[in-house]
Amino acid sequence: MSRLTFDVAHMLAGSLVLVSFLQLYQDRLYALLNIYAVHALVLALSVAWQAYAQDAPHLYVTAAIALVFKAIIIPIALHRIIVRLGIHREIEKVVGVGPAMLIGMGLVALAMVVMLRVTAEADPLAREDLAFALSVVLLGLLMMVTRRNAVSQVVGFMSLENGLVLAATGAKGMPLVVEISVAFSILIAFIVIGIFLFRIRERFDTVDLQVLDSYRGERR
Amino acid sequence: MALITDLFVQGGQMLIVLLLAPLLTGFVRATKARMMRRRGPPLVQPYRDLVRLMRKEVVLADSASWLFRVIPYLIFAATWVAASLVPTFRTGLLFSWSADLIAIAALLGSARFFLALAGLDVGTSFGGIGSSREVMIASLAEPAMIMIVFTLALLAGSTQLSTIAELMVAPGVGLRVSLGLALIALIMVALAENARIPVDNPATHLELTMVHEAMVLEYSGRHLALIELSTFLKLLLYVSLIACIFAPWGVAEQGATSAALAVGIVAYVGKLAGGGLLLAVFETSIAKMRVFRVPEFLGAALMLGLLATLLLFVSRSL
Amino acid sequence: MTVVILVCAACWLVLAGTAVAIGRSPAGSTIIYGGSLLLAVVSLVVGTIHLLGHAAPAAVTLPLGLPWIGAHFRLDALSAFFIVVVDLGAVTASLFAIGYGRHEQAPLRVLPFYPAFLAGMNVVVLADDAFSFLVAWEFMSLSSWALVLAHHQVPDNIRAGYVYIVMASFGTLALLLAFGLLAGPDGGYAFADIRASHPSAAVAALALCLALLGAGSKAGLVPLHVWLPLAHPAAPSHVSALMSGVMTKVAVYGFVRIVFDLLGEPAWWWSMVVLTLAGLTCVLGVLYALMQHDLKRLLAYHTVENIGIIFIGLGLGLAFKAYGMAWAAALALTAALLHVFNHSLFKSLLFFGAGAVLTATGERDMEHLGGLIHRMPQTAFTFLIGCAAISALPPLNGFVSEWLTFQAILVSPQLPSWGLKFLVPAVGALLALSATLAAACFVKAFGVTFLGRARTPAAMAAQETDRFSLAAMFLLAALCLAAGILPGLFIDALAGVVQTLAGERMPVQSGVEWLSIVPIAQSRSSYNGLLVFLFMVISGVLAAFAIHRLASDRLRRAPAWDCGYPDASPATQYTASSFAQPIRRVFGSAVFRAREQVTMPPPGDTGPARLHVVLHDPVWEGLYLPLAAGISFTAERLNGLQFLTIRQFLSLVFAALVILLLVLALWP
Repeated sequence: MSRLTFDVAHMLAGSLVLVSFLQLYQDRLYALLNIYAVHALVLALSVAWQAYAQDAPHLYVTAAIALVFKAIIIPIALHRIIVRLGIHREIEKVVGVGPAMLIGMGLVALAMVVMLRVTAEADPLAREDLAFALSVVLLGLLMMVTRRNAVSQVVGFMSLENGLVLAATGAKGMPLVVEISVAFSILIAFIVIGIFLFRIRERFDTVDLQVLDSYRGERR
Repeated sequence: MALITDLFVQGGQMLIVLLLAPLLTGFVRATKARMMRRRGPPLVQPYRDLVRLMRKEVVLADSASWLFRVIPYLIFAATWVAASLVPTFRTGLLFSWSADLIAIAALLGSARFFLALAGLDVGTSFGGIGSSREVMIASLAEPAMIMIVFTLALLAGSTQLSTIAELMVAPGVGLRVSLGLALIALIMVALAENARIPVDNPATHLELTMVHEAMVLEYSGRHLALIELSTFLKLLLYVSLIACIFAPWGVAEQGATSAALAVGIVAYVGKLAGGGLLLAVFETSIAKMRVFRVPEFLGAALMLGLLATLLLFVSRSL
Repeated sequence: MTVVILVCAACWLVLAGTAVAIGRSPAGSTIIYGGSLLLAVVSLVVGTIHLLGHAAPAAVTLPLGLPWIGAHFRLDALSAFFIVVVDLGAVTASLFAIGYGRHEQAPLRVLPFYPAFLAGMNVVVLADDAFSFLVAWEFMSLSSWALVLAHHQVPDNIRAGYVYIVMASFGTLALLLAFGLLAGPDGGYAFADIRASHPSAAVAALALCLALLGAGSKAGLVPLHVWLPLAHPAAPSHVSALMSGVMTKVAVYGFVRIVFDLLGEPAWWWSMVVLTLAGLTCVLGVLYALMQHDLKRLLAYHTVENIGIIFIGLGLGLAFKAYGMAWAAALALTAALLHVFNHSLFKSLLFFGAGAVLTATGERDMEHLGGLIHRMPQTAFTFLIGCAAISALPPLNGFVSEWLTFQAILVSPQLPSWGLKFLVPAVGALLALSATLAAACFVKAFGVTFLGRARTPAAMAAQETDRFSLAAMFLLAALCLAAGILPGLFIDALAGVVQTLAGERMPVQSGVEWLSIVPIAQSRSSYNGLLVFLFMVISGVLAAFAIHRLASDRLRRAPAWDCGYPDASPATQYTASSFAQPIRRVFGSAVFRAREQVTMPPPGDTGPARLHVVLHDPVWEGLYLPLAAGISFTAERLNGLQFLTIRQFLSLVFAALVILLLVLALWP
């Protein structure tokens, strides 16, 4: 593989870390969803490039799933849901942006130390890519831990999963990546549905669709 | 003979940056106006502004001191020296070894130091607002700049801007994550230092939104002309810096022929135009941040710079 | 050579004695300070000759002190450099004090101790065995303590003196233990013996920690800095300048002597401890300084920050030395020692300016000053040079030492340790942050004190200070400029010192063309202070000439524009607290839990609203108050031992006897 291939893969992995930091920086919900869409887009590009570089066509499928589901469908759906349910547009933070950035830096350093020590005999660029992937996972967890808004926690979880997908594609030879991606996406869908059900239950004290029907505005 | 050519090139550089600086600002303003569907001022309006200001009488506040009158010259001198040392159309400037990138950043820092003092000199509250906000912005922008300098120096093995520029021109660098992070951080720092949106509005005269304009509020006449020229020069410096490091194509080497020099000048003007266009598009598409969001913005730039440096420190051992 | 300086020290002690007699008359003050000035000049000349001439170390043994040790004194390159630093400070302080001392209210509380203080500092640097080192160290501490308590009517000063004596005693105890460990069971206290013995790794590590505690507390490393901002402002201004600019450097000398000279080869992790403490000190020092509105306290906290910068250089030097990179260690050590010299210059200058302001207005609080540039133009000019120098602006000297420290940081990726790979970039970021915050702090200090309009009648009535004070300040300002424009000379002067400590020296600077400085090699980086200065001057002159020819030269004075809302009251201009508010909000709310409280009067009441800024000192509240509470608690408990019955006292004695016999029985 040529130098340029390595460099582009490396650059895309680094961009994913950068977009994770950008997610930590946001304080408005719509902006966060847009940044998450960018996150998924960068992941799709990265996986597609790996598919080209490793000559593994099944990774194109993973890239397509990431692009369609995570970059387009889920952000649009969440956008509509936020409008519909009137969820708070501003993200309340437990830890402010500055300290969160500092902790994020520390987590990236930790990920690098761990990964570079564990994979001592591997190819140098693969090691750095794995370190970046672990950083994305840790930053996703940080987001879940330091934000109070439920939607931002969902976004954090999904970006964590993106990091796992990046790790899986970077380290060659994980044929179940496609299946795992689909499974995770379905899990996310269930979580999101769960949020709705909670809201509905909170609002109407029931999730019985028959009873809910009577609250509909127009009469048949 | 080579010495005379080098001297000529250095002098030419100093003259070119001085002449092109108002044009760049005029271009940015005209482009912004067009994007907002206005006719906008002509491209040469900044030159006319400077001439008009120089012809006017200076109105000096009663409480202003001798320092107030000297500061515009100090700021101009520091900024012009710094701008002369950034390679524009040719690397290997004659006096490039006398001040490296850290010294250039420190020269701009001293210009800012004196400007903040000027804000405090007359003893009004507007000047105080400008100075206090400016030093807050600087307290994060300058460390970010130094982290970027570290990243570039670790890659190039030297803090000399000529060496860094030559490294970037050479094909061996490739795409590196640290360079990408450094580019983004440098753009953020450049926006903050030049008082552009989203950090500060260069066209406003409202106290709530101004930082740079508040410090120079009491200046008039030829003093204001010098300060405006320094501001134009600073914008040119940052655009040239980004162009020289991250878009080094077309820059002539040391000892090049006059044809290569001409190509270098044309390429440089093209890069300035491109940078101005991008700046205008960016400023039109984003809103100004509230003041206490700026530290978070610049803190992010500092973190990016630190991350880029850390990556380089760590990857040396691989 | 050594004898000459020792004779000067003895003469200073004699002066101290005569000060008791003649101190009351104004001529007496001039005689004492003038005499100190002459002696300091002699010592300075001796030290400079030794340093520049690269002379061999000159040792002297006097039959003083303990009979089986004697008192060893030695003037080698390191001592000569610090003699130069100490005595340059002494020269300028004495010159300043000839004018300043005339306004002293209680001369008999200051005059006898001042020459003693100078003598103590000089002898510490010369001492070649642990005993004379510690005696001179204590002498220095005690005489400066007496000077801190000179104005004892101010209640803050009494508290300052108390904290100072506690911390100084703690420091001396730590150093005593360190020397005891190094001397070993044979009791070889002479430095030559300690150098020859090779302590084990554990002993060396413990000695390093004790040296950090002892010398660090005197220098002002966080968290041992708490006495510095209390004691330095309390003393008279020339003594504050000496304490901040010179005594802290004597503490740095102690650290360098113990760690670089006596301990032998360093372990790699020592540098991590030093670098962590130094980075913290840097940033915390300048953040504290930004929150102050007392001019002298601001300067004292700033000293803490600069000590942090010096220790960053020393830590890097330790790291490079541990890994055998002698050329890099030379660079780092040169940066640290050059900053020692530079800091003594500009900190003294700034304290002299503060002293001049204090004499002229009677105020130390910046929020009661303002507009002094009109009333005290020369003091303002020299203070501006000092502010620009300490903010590391080219072409002055502060920039040179900071540039060298950055170059040393840029060399450190070659260090193989992982811990250092993560620590050094972080320390570099902290250094960059503290440098910028320092510039902000001095914009505040100069702007609020000298610029703007006068806020109180005292500031409006200020007068320029006397010739001697101005002479001292101009001398220091000229030296700052010289060290910034011709740094190569100063770096070459340090070569002998660095050679003994690191094993190598920086490349010879005097041969480099155009008087640039080259830290490693010409191809890597260079800086030319002279050219930058000339460039700036030429650009400024060209601009002035062009403006003069092309532009209108009419000028009219008018009231300030102020956006059309002029306010005649000078209280509407920015104060120190308001200037620092953005930075206080960004950094202070996390570090100091800074909160602003507004107490509004009830509606209809014509009283003013008051704005308070509440700061919590994290080191004082986190470390010292719990420690003091713990000590009080233990002391209370132990107090119970006073009130035992006779039977209980006898049983204590019996128990002690039984335990000792048990130990004797069980000892293998």
